[in-house]
Amino acid sequence: MEDLLHYHYDVDGGNFASAGEASVQVKRVLRQMGFPPDLIRRVSIAMYEGEINMVIHAKGGDADVYLSPEQIRVVLKDVGPGIKDVALAMQEGYSTAPDNIRSLGFGAGMGLPNMKRYSDEMTVESTVGVGTTITLVFNAF
Amino acid sequence: MIVYRHSVSLDADKCKGCTTCLRRCPTQAIRVRDGKACINPSLCIDCGECIRNCPHKAKKASFDSLDTLNHDKFLIALPAPSLFGQFANLDEADYLLQGLMDLGFDDVYEVAKAAEIVTEYTRRFLRRSDEKMRPFISTACPVVVRLVSMRFPSLRSKLLPITPPIEVAGKLAKERALREHPELTEDDVRTVFISPCPAKVSWVKNTPADKKCYIDYVVSMSDIYFRVLSKMHRDEVPQMETESGVVGISWASSGGEASALMNDKYLAADGIENVIRVLDDIETGHFPGLEFVELNACPGGCVGGVMAVENPFIARVRLQTLRRYLPVMRNYLTDDPNAEIPEAMLATRPGEYSSAEILNPDRATSFRMMMQIAQVKQKLPGMDCGSCGAPTCDAFAEDVVKGEAKLTDCVIRMRDILKRSEQEESK
Repeated sequence: MEDLLHYHYDVDGGNFASAGEASVQVKRVLRQMGFPPDLIRRVSIAMYEGEINMVIHAKGGDADVYLSPEQIRVVLKDVGPGIKDVALAMQEGYSTAPDNIRSLGFGAGMGLPNMKRYSDEMTVESTVGVGTTITLVFNAF
Repeated sequence: MIVYRHSVSLDADKCKGCTTCLRRCPTQAIRVRDGKACINPSLCIDCGECIRNCPHKAKKASFDSLDTLNHDKFLIALPAPSLFGQFANLDEADYLLQGLMDLGFDDVYEVAKAAEIVTEYTRRFLRRSDEKMRPFISTACPVVVRLVSMRFPSLRSKLLPITPPIEVAGKLAKERALREHPELTEDDVRTVFISPCPAKVSWVKNTPADKKCYIDYVVSMSDIYFRVLSKMHRDEVPQMETESGVVGISWASSGGEASALMNDKYLAADGIENVIRVLDDIETGHFPGLEFVELNACPGGCVGGVMAVENPFIARVRLQTLRRYLPVMRNYLTDDPNAEIPEAMLATRPGEYSSAEILNPDRATSFRMMMQIAQVKQKLPGMDCGSCGAPTCDAFAEDVVKGEAKLTDCVIRMRDILKRSEQEESK
């Protein structure tokens, strides 16, 4: 891999309150680099949704952010239960979140659709029983 | 570029160069250089946390002094709602207003009165606002406005576009004086805001060039406290009568402004760290369905301002006592509820966004600097001791790359290098 800035974050699955911390830290890096406000917002929303998903479904995971002056790539990797039907999961409003999570206002079935909506490219690799890796790409011009 | 004018500064003689303010500064605007704290003006938000926390009282705020007021002018006191919570046994606001008159002011215009008018316009604005633009963020706390402008670019459009109470009070106070005293000219009238915090001074100092500021002086609450206290007499019936109700007075503490909107889709947070957390969460779209967000940089709201005299929690209790005898609201809009919001009530939006944190205007250069910062970080202990003069090892790494500090300033790293060379020698 050629010169890319790399930031790694452990997304702590045991601590629901800490979900979203990585996206806050990434936001600061993006501001320091002078990315436009709209892009920063898209990255932070998509990454936040990804973090929440990892906490709800997979007991946490790893978030890796790779930066170049032109592109932001976010890789969210977990060893959770995997997604049975990715196409179904991508539909707005489809959710498998448990009731206790829904009672907190999460699990509305907008996580994956929002990640798709706010990123320029999104790939989902998931194997049931093995885990899920989601890659989000954002282009800055 | 417009230079932001601050109100928080350092008294270098008192500064011991300790690391207390470094750690407490929410925007990491302070560094200790040559044994003294320095505040980076492009990052400082005038929140006053350094004043609050400095053990040596070396941080100060620039206020106007009561002694320098020109009594040849028609002086109008504009007491902040939080002033009403500062006095023990004050069960009627009238005594305080009379005390201000007896102190030499020619009139008193309560900011709480203006706050009720702002509440009315806010209700009107929110009712007609685009759902997609919500939630709107209160602009009464100048620290929050500056913080959002600097650090939360995507939330700038969510700042409530209604003129804050301090400004409304100044304008209406002057208009009333000219109306009631036809012999006065505009130049004869001066308004004096009595403030719980230095941020209001900055607000006044940084009035946009194309806007008129209706506040002429800002004096601190602690400056006026004892003087007005000595003028407040229980045995004399005050001639002044308060013109605000529960709603206006309630703006003094956190949740007061928001709850007055008679709408439960609001959030109120106070304390600068909490404020930052809430803004981060709003930016990620975390709070669907909210209409209004009230944020106060000080703990407990304005009663927690660094220039307030009384403990904020006690001040809050006192306000509850005071409110008991007041009507809910005394200032209503009487025009057509569907009328446009007048120009004078609309606040100007903050100017063009420019990140105060940006490393270099050229992104490729910033990128190279970020690479270097990552490399420097690996050489640092990560214990955030502050001995180098930066609040954290990460901040120090940035300073090194920006050329503002030298790697040798890290005493922990130097100690390790020294130890290693000693070991080499003894071999």
